[in-house]
Amino acid sequence: MEIIQNLTEKGTFFLPSNISATLGEFDTLFYFILWLSVIFMVGLIGVSAWFLITSKRKSSDQLAEKQITHNIPLEIIWTVVPTLLVLFIFWLGFKQYMLMRSIPPNATTIYVSGKKWFWEFTYPNGKKTIGDLVVPVNTPVKLILSSTDVLHSFYLPNLRIKRDVIPNRYTVLTIEPAKIGNFRIFCTEYCGDKHSNMLATLKVMSNDDYYAFLKAVDFDDSIPLSEAGKQLYTKKGCVACHSIDGSPMVGPTWKNLYNANRVFTDGSERIADEAYLIESINYPQAHIVTGYQPVMPSYQGLLVDQEITAIIEYIKELSD
Amino acid sequence: MKNYITEKKGLLSWLFTKDHKRIGIMYLFSVFGAFAVGGFAALLVRLELFTPDQLILTAKQYNQSFTLHGAIMVFLFIIPSIPATLGNFILPLQLGANDVAFPKLNLASFHVYILGALVCILSIFMGGIDTGWTFYTPYSTTTDTAVVTMVVGAFILGFSSILTGVNFIATIHYLRAPGMTWFRMPLFAWSLYATSIIQILATPVLAITLVLLILERMWGIGIFDPAIGGDPVLFQHFFWFYSHPAVYIMILPAMGVISELVTTFSRKNIFGYKAIAMSSIAIAVISFLVWGHHMYTSESELAATLFSILTFLVAIPSGVKIFNWIATLYKGSISFETPFLYFLGFLFLFVIGGFTGIFLGTLSTNIHLHDTYFVVAHFHYVMFGGTLYAFLGGLHYWWPKMFGKMYSEYLAKWAFWLIFIGFNMTFFVQFIMGSKGMPRRYYNYVDEFAIYHQISTVGSWIIAIGFIVMLIYLVKSLRSGKKADKNPWGALTLEWLTDSPPQYHAFSKTPVVTSPPYDYKASSHE
Ligand code: HEC
Ligand code: HEM
Ligand SMILES: [Cu+2]
Ligand SMILES: [Cu+2]
Repeated sequence: MEIIQNLTEKGTFFLPSNISATLGEFDTLFYFILWLSVIFMVGLIGVSAWFLITSKRKSSDQLAEKQITHNIPLEIIWTVVPTLLVLFIFWLGFKQYMLMRSIPPNATTIYVSGKKWFWEFTYPNGKKTIGDLVVPVNTPVKLILSSTDVLHSFYLPNLRIKRDVIPNRYTVLTIEPAKIGNFRIFCTEYCGDKHSNMLATLKVMSNDDYYAFLKAVDFDDSIPLSEAGKQLYTKKGCVACHSIDGSPMVGPTWKNLYNANRVFTDGSERIADEAYLIESINYPQAHIVTGYQPVMPSYQGLLVDQEITAIIEYIKELSD
Repeated sequence: MKNYITEKKGLLSWLFTKDHKRIGIMYLFSVFGAFAVGGFAALLVRLELFTPDQLILTAKQYNQSFTLHGAIMVFLFIIPSIPATLGNFILPLQLGANDVAFPKLNLASFHVYILGALVCILSIFMGGIDTGWTFYTPYSTTTDTAVVTMVVGAFILGFSSILTGVNFIATIHYLRAPGMTWFRMPLFAWSLYATSIIQILATPVLAITLVLLILERMWGIGIFDPAIGGDPVLFQHFFWFYSHPAVYIMILPAMGVISELVTTFSRKNIFGYKAIAMSSIAIAVISFLVWGHHMYTSESELAATLFSILTFLVAIPSGVKIFNWIATLYKGSISFETPFLYFLGFLFLFVIGGFTGIFLGTLSTNIHLHDTYFVVAHFHYVMFGGTLYAFLGGLHYWWPKMFGKMYSEYLAKWAFWLIFIGFNMTFFVQFIMGSKGMPRRYYNYVDEFAIYHQISTVGSWIIAIGFIVMLIYLVKSLRSGKKADKNPWGALTLEWLTDSPPQYHAFSKTPVVTSPPYDYKASSHE
């Protein structure tokens, strides 16, 4: 069982651990602004407290001791000094931002596709994963992001970076993790009911493990087919929309689905046999079950035949 | 002797009055009604977040609750809050006038507000809406909830805001008492002037955006939805072109109230009158140029860089105002009554909101913090700690004038401290969890954030108790409060020359102004 690094245990009081090879300075800038704010805050509170204590009204008809309405040197100082300070901070942030947006020429490219409500990753050799982004350690990786439906945003807190994922547009995000392990990925642009479940895991591996991963075939044929189907049900994200206990979710339940009579929005009907199930997985928009929205993404090319068979075995097992 | 409350009787005499004071009072009850609904939705959201998984709401209900909360708090509560209530009641009196320039338009603005509010509430019964108050496309053009109804509501509310703005600008230009030059005008009036400029220039952009959104949703004209050739980022530009200036619609009037409070309770002339007055106008103008800082994660490098610089520059005038208020306290004669406590609360919380704004204005730190709870905490410090605190301060300050009754200082202080402690408990932890990586608008969350969320939720209950205490002593004040004098705090602006509560025609003789607004005396002359 892989353990995902806890965001609050590791790291500093305000920030999670930083695993970026290039953005280590981010934390320095963050704490620089923080301490500057604290110093100013303490100064402001101190001065105010002093004024409040020394000028407290003691009798109801007491007048102010003095009326002061201007002090030009003071006003110039308190305008100019903060302006210079914030421009300095702007400059630091700008430099770091350009570093975030720069793309090293030797970077490996991985395509990221956001769909309601899971992440799909396509590696240079055509391999695809859902929910796990596997990358080699200490290597720049260029992620090309796109969405197939609404806006999403791809956020890696441990790398201090995020980028919006927009339909019909490609946006780019470069990362270079310097630490092996598993880390959290969130969707940070609101995208509907399961927005908060649209998580993924960043798996940073040694170079050898990464290449082994790229080559490996994902299918484990040492276990019974229906058992493999059960695993795929969660691993491939069907669990987000289909229940196995009879309750309707975004999609219909799989309980007693096999051989049931299905009624579609266009009025036609069909028995849910193997052929129908395969079609529903590869071309979900072909027939829409009544009472549901056409939101299921197509899994064509995402599941190999063996995997589809396994899922169907599992669906059969859920019917009595 | 009759006053504006006893002048006429019956519900209709209120609903169709053209008296700015009565309209202000009706607005007051309406916006606090809206605050109660929005607050209830917030309590539901916080309760749901007490545990990482489902507690009382489904995902859809949760999303509807935070959308309802955000939309109501923004469009129905905080935008009209100070201008439409305190502004309506106090502004003409402060200028020495007996009403606003266009009393009928004023009433129309209130009726339009009520219509807009009803349409928004209708959307709850039509299945609610789950897009977030920002209505980002293409989610908002594709979800099956009552988006159009809510958007029509927001569209209508915009007109109420425009009408108030037009009215205030005309009032300030034409109805100042003889002798009240521009630079003898109280700072509250200045702040409303700056606010009105934004209201009439920015709100039409919102209206256009919302109309386009409705057209897109109903007829698919292909402007925002990429599936039919539109551009979702265009919507964001349009939306923030209004909504960033709108945050100054929220905060500028608050700054005006704060200037009144600090002078009255320290018996001091304000430090840097012209700097404060002019910086309001400067903020109003620059606020139109920074909308892009909401979109660093979706726009080009060049655009993000420009917007970041401009954002820092617009922060400077606000910072300068803080220094001015603190300097005003120096060698004053300070009395710590409830309105002044809200001034201090404002100062503390607004400064925290301002400093955390620097984290968000800075390009690289923004990328990490954008759309996390850090942002949620930041804008609550500014809107709740800033605007709402100033509103409550102003309400306690002008309450004796508006209703002719005092309230219990003792309970008022209790309410203040409950709200102050509850607020910091609710929102300070959100900075920490946000910078640790907790995204906003999350129904479920990973277990490690549970402790922060639990502290935050308990804080929200303390805030609620604080407001209940406030409701109790304010109702008691109306029923059996001690009678208020004309000028209980010893302030100098013109509204305090009228009776408490004012007569229907507040000034039987038009006052003549011969000095600046905060011309307090000093005990020593060196
Ligand atoms: C985004 C939500 C979503 C995800 C993820 C999803 N589905 Fe679906 N699925 C639906 C919806 C909605 C329907 C019903 C509408 C339709 O017929 O397209 C459906 C229908 C089906 C059907 C036909 C069921 C019936 O009752 O006739 C099958 C089979 C199916 N999905 C399999 C899968 C498999 C296998 C996966 C995972 C690899 C999966 N789905 C992932 C939403 C989803
Ligand atoms: C001045 C009063 C307030 C204003 C103007 C205000 C405004 C807002 C806005 C605009 C949002 C964003 C909604 C969205 O993401 O679409 C929001 C979110 C939120 N508010 Fe408030 N709010 C106020 C008071 C409160 C109070 C008193 C509480 C707590 C009891 C609260 C709790 C929350 C929470 C928890 C969220 C985040 C929901 C989420 O991201 O899932 N707010 N508020
Ligand atoms: Cu999302
Ligand atoms: Cu803004």
